Amino acid sequence: MTPRIERLRARSLETPVSLSIERALLVTDAARRHGGRYSTPVLRALIFRDLLAEKTIFLGEDELIVGERGPAPKAVPTFPEWTCHSPEDLRVLDSRPRTAYRVAPEDIARYATEVIPFWEGRTVRERIFAELTPEWRAAYDAGVFTEFLEQRAPGHTALDGLIYRRGLRDLQAEIAASLAALDDLTDPEVRDRAEQLRAMDIACEAVIAFAGRHAARAEEQAARQPDPVRRAELRRIAAVCRRVPAHPPRDFWEALQAYWFVHLAVITELNGWDAMSPGHLDQHLQPFYDQGLREGSLTREQAKELLACFWIKVNNHPAPPKVGVTAKESGTYNDFTQVNLGGLTPDGGSGASALTELILEVASELRLLQPQPSLHLSRITPERYLLAACRVIREGNGWPSVFNADLVVQELLAAGKSLEDAREGGTSGCIETGAFGKEAYILTGYLNVPKLLEFALNDGCDLRTGNPIGLRTGKAETFPGFDRLYGAFEAQLRWAVDLKVGGSHRIERIVARTCPAPFLSVLIRDCIARGRDYTDGGPRYNTSFIACVGIGTTVDALSAIRTHVFEKAALPLPRLVQALARDFAGEEPLRLTLRNRTPRYGNDDERADRLLERVYGSLLRAIDGRPNTRGGRWHLNLLSTTCHVYFGRMLAASADGRHAGEPVSDGASPAPGADRAGPTAVLRSLARIDQSRSGGTLLNLRFLPDFLKSERDLAKLAQLIRTYFRLHGHHVQFNIVDDATLRRAQEHPREYRDLLVRVAGYSDFFVDLDPGIQEEIIRRTAHRGG
Amino acid sequence: MPAPQIPDSPYSLGTIRRAESSPTGLVFNIMRCAIHDGPGIRTTVFFKGCPLTCLWCHNPEHRLDLPAILWDAGRCIGCGTCVASCPTGACRRKEGEIGIDPSCCRRCGRCAEVCPTEALERLSRRIEIEELLAILERDRPFFEEGGGGVTFSGGEPFAQPAFLLAALDACGARGFHRAVDTSGYTEPALLAAAAGMTELFLFDLKLIDPARHRRAVGVDNRLILRNLVSLAEKQVDLIVRIPLIPGVNDGADDLAAAGAFIARLPRRPPVDLLPYHRAADGKYRSLKLPVPLPNTEAPCPEAVEEAARRLSAYGLEVRIGG
Repeated sequence: MTPRIERLRARSLETPVSLSIERALLVTDAARRHGGRYSTPVLRALIFRDLLAEKTIFLGEDELIVGERGPAPKAVPTFPEWTCHSPEDLRVLDSRPRTAYRVAPEDIARYATEVIPFWEGRTVRERIFAELTPEWRAAYDAGVFTEFLEQRAPGHTALDGLIYRRGLRDLQAEIAASLAALDDLTDPEVRDRAEQLRAMDIACEAVIAFAGRHAARAEEQAARQPDPVRRAELRRIAAVCRRVPAHPPRDFWEALQAYWFVHLAVITELNGWDAMSPGHLDQHLQPFYDQGLREGSLTREQAKELLACFWIKVNNHPAPPKVGVTAKESGTYNDFTQVNLGGLTPDGGSGASALTELILEVASELRLLQPQPSLHLSRITPERYLLAACRVIREGNGWPSVFNADLVVQELLAAGKSLEDAREGGTSGCIETGAFGKEAYILTGYLNVPKLLEFALNDGCDLRTGNPIGLRTGKAETFPGFDRLYGAFEAQLRWAVDLKVGGSHRIERIVARTCPAPFLSVLIRDCIARGRDYTDGGPRYNTSFIACVGIGTTVDALSAIRTHVFEKAALPLPRLVQALARDFAGEEPLRLTLRNRTPRYGNDDERADRLLERVYGSLLRAIDGRPNTRGGRWHLNLLSTTCHVYFGRMLAASADGRHAGEPVSDGASPAPGADRAGPTAVLRSLARIDQSRSGGTLLNLRFLPDFLKSERDLAKLAQLIRTYFRLHGHHVQFNIVDDATLRRAQEHPREYRDLLVRVAGYSDFFVDLDPGIQEEIIRRTAHRGG
Repeated sequence: MPAPQIPDSPYSLGTIRRAESSPTGLVFNIMRCAIHDGPGIRTTVFFKGCPLTCLWCHNPEHRLDLPAILWDAGRCIGCGTCVASCPTGACRRKEGEIGIDPSCCRRCGRCAEVCPTEALERLSRRIEIEELLAILERDRPFFEEGGGGVTFSGGEPFAQPAFLLAALDACGARGFHRAVDTSGYTEPALLAAAAGMTELFLFDLKLIDPARHRRAVGVDNRLILRNLVSLAEKQVDLIVRIPLIPGVNDGADDLAAAGAFIARLPRRPPVDLLPYHRAADGKYRSLKLPVPLPNTEAPCPEAVEEAARRLSAYGLEVRIGG
């Protein structure tokens, strides 16, 4: 790490996260000035233009890659047009013990007088809640599902190689051509398209001007800079900002800065989920890297320093503040920028290169919260890249996560993508599969699958509140056999998915009509050709995802009921239902029998794993392939972020012996502590389901540090990963930490400030995690090497 | 180079406790995804029984004098499910403790099966070849990725020679890579038979000095050394494993003797140096056995490196860890 990088890194880590109201003030002012005069897309573009023209420009000491979303690093803006925080929300954000955002009291006062009155009744969030049915709302409040779009815009987007080949000026020419080709005589949507295209053009102009402001600032600083070395750097920064993103980058530095401006613009336009991801960064940068080395204009160390500057830039941007249920389902500063490494090239070759290793080296040395690297491993990926990744995994930061590049291609092909688009795709957010640069793949929310079993056992009644929420599927004591109970569970599942999908169709329309994203639309292929927004079916592919949570808990609970109630006939179903309602009070032997004497998922035990296939099949039937309102289809994935803790809190005791309120299983992983037959058994269990029909599954494995001591051990970790992928696994990620370390970190959080652990599809600082998540991670089975 | 000289010594087959001669095995654990017992990812089968009594034994569960079922007071919630389930009345509660009367216990394991908390645990189980093969098949894709397979360990696998040979034969027919982790204290004819059906021997070498060997592990080492020589003459992969036990075999003289002996073998096998650790203390406590070598600490990394260097000086390839 160079002294420059050490200083920038320290500043990024030490600066507390704060909330900036600048964006809210500027957006409110622009909306007030322009409102009522323009179509919605053009209005959004003008607000974006004014915002980028007036926001504070930050160009800090030592920086080589420039630009901040807020007025300074770690200063996070709000998006009142989507969700307008109340003064109370802001006070909670300021004072909450974890993932706090400092807000100055005078800013809260100003928010109350200048921002809130304008947006009251106009926000996307209010429109959503106003239009949804009381049944939807009751299920939402009972913790049956969450709604991603209630506080943040559709996102999960990663880019392909477009911006490295074509500048915004070139894309503006394409927009102009698309406008010129509009047919007033036959196209009933001609006006909508024209307005959308005009908005895209304004947005491009705005971003070019934004880069120009940085160039001007760099020139000003250069003129005053006494140090000739820094002066030269500032002049170079100015030249880079004059060039990109208006024109295509010509070298490594320009390429990184071009991406960074585009990234900033996307996360400034709206607060999309999972920020924004560069996609296959190593592949995108490789031509510039190779050319620089060849021409002698770039050294490996210079490239490394620029990459480190970029890495720190991403880390300077914590997630926009979340409140309420959304904060619970994703309680982290991490905004999920994922950097895909390796993978496949569009023509099917290996995408891994020397840059893959260089980027891993940067991530490993910097040890920052974000961005987080993932290795995309194909059968053709040379072993050295996998071993390089395993070496970083051993350091215990939870990344890189590892994805099966060949299966990701299969998943995308199964969802209707072309082969080239599939190969250029990858994963963003946690584990979500998408066609980078060509798809709007929107996570709509999490589904609490074990809650639906609770409804099936209680005739649709919510045991926490006693309220009738689900379908009336009959009293459990009337079920003559397991299949009847399973039928009731499937009926509850269909009911919940129908409710969720129906609600999302309304929400998709609200978003498309009130908060389009013209700048993001410029970047995602076919939006320009179609003259349609990213949020409105403009992209080549348009997917809606439901993330199913708690499949491990559901399978174990079903297995316990089948084993003890129906097969052994040792436990009458009404007695079980009663015990669950009372959270096993006075029934500890029963609870432990259910927990310890049941075939459970994660042990390569066919009795449990067949149930996994059955539940997965039911989820697919309920969700997969249904049409959405954007010309695309619904798909599922198995992913939970931190929602398995929230859903657990909304759930009564379950038949797998889990107490009321305890977390359910995370992602596609076995319930914590359920897997006892070692990692190969876990991998085989999950490999039983046809993951190519999902949009991603998330598997956490935890190893004790002694598992990975020697280089030979690393090779065995590599073999585990390769084999899982040969069995068509999608993803696996590792925690390498023992219980004692985690317990000490709980007791002495200050001393373990930098302990990173894998949570869901991302790592977080252990001491920043909610205590429920901390406990859940400790309870995950820790595998040893024997 | 001349073969090392080992004086003839009569040995008695009686010192080898044969637990069973039928082709079922008595095992105390079958561990999937073992990564330190040979190449690749392996399934390790731990045999009950061992003729040696090493002071530092890390797998005391192998002992045949242990009860069939172990009761863990810490886990027991006193629910009495085990007592109610016992078909012979052998499982009883006395003064708050669960005890099993060996005179009428049929070792059916029912009490352990029903125990809700796993406070009762079977310390051994009998396994047939077919069942073993089915367990191995589950991890075949993992084996294939990196040359993994099955490792027979223990205990001492040659303590159940009939089962070992039958299992090796059956695993060979299925194409599994086979490793045998042995103390080498067995009849040469058995070893020769096994060697024809084994891809890799992990051969423990503790001490060269016969008297100190007898004191540390309870048996004469001449048979072991002779077997090591004869294995080194055969077409089978061989790794010598030296447990490094402070105060027992970590002296310069002991390492020199071991290094010289291995260097003079008909070929020079690689050496794995396995540093002593105290990870088995918990097992001794839960088995209600006295914790051995209470005052011996794990050697520091520098001491391990030094021992590795001393062995390497004999032209050996030495790796630390298994």
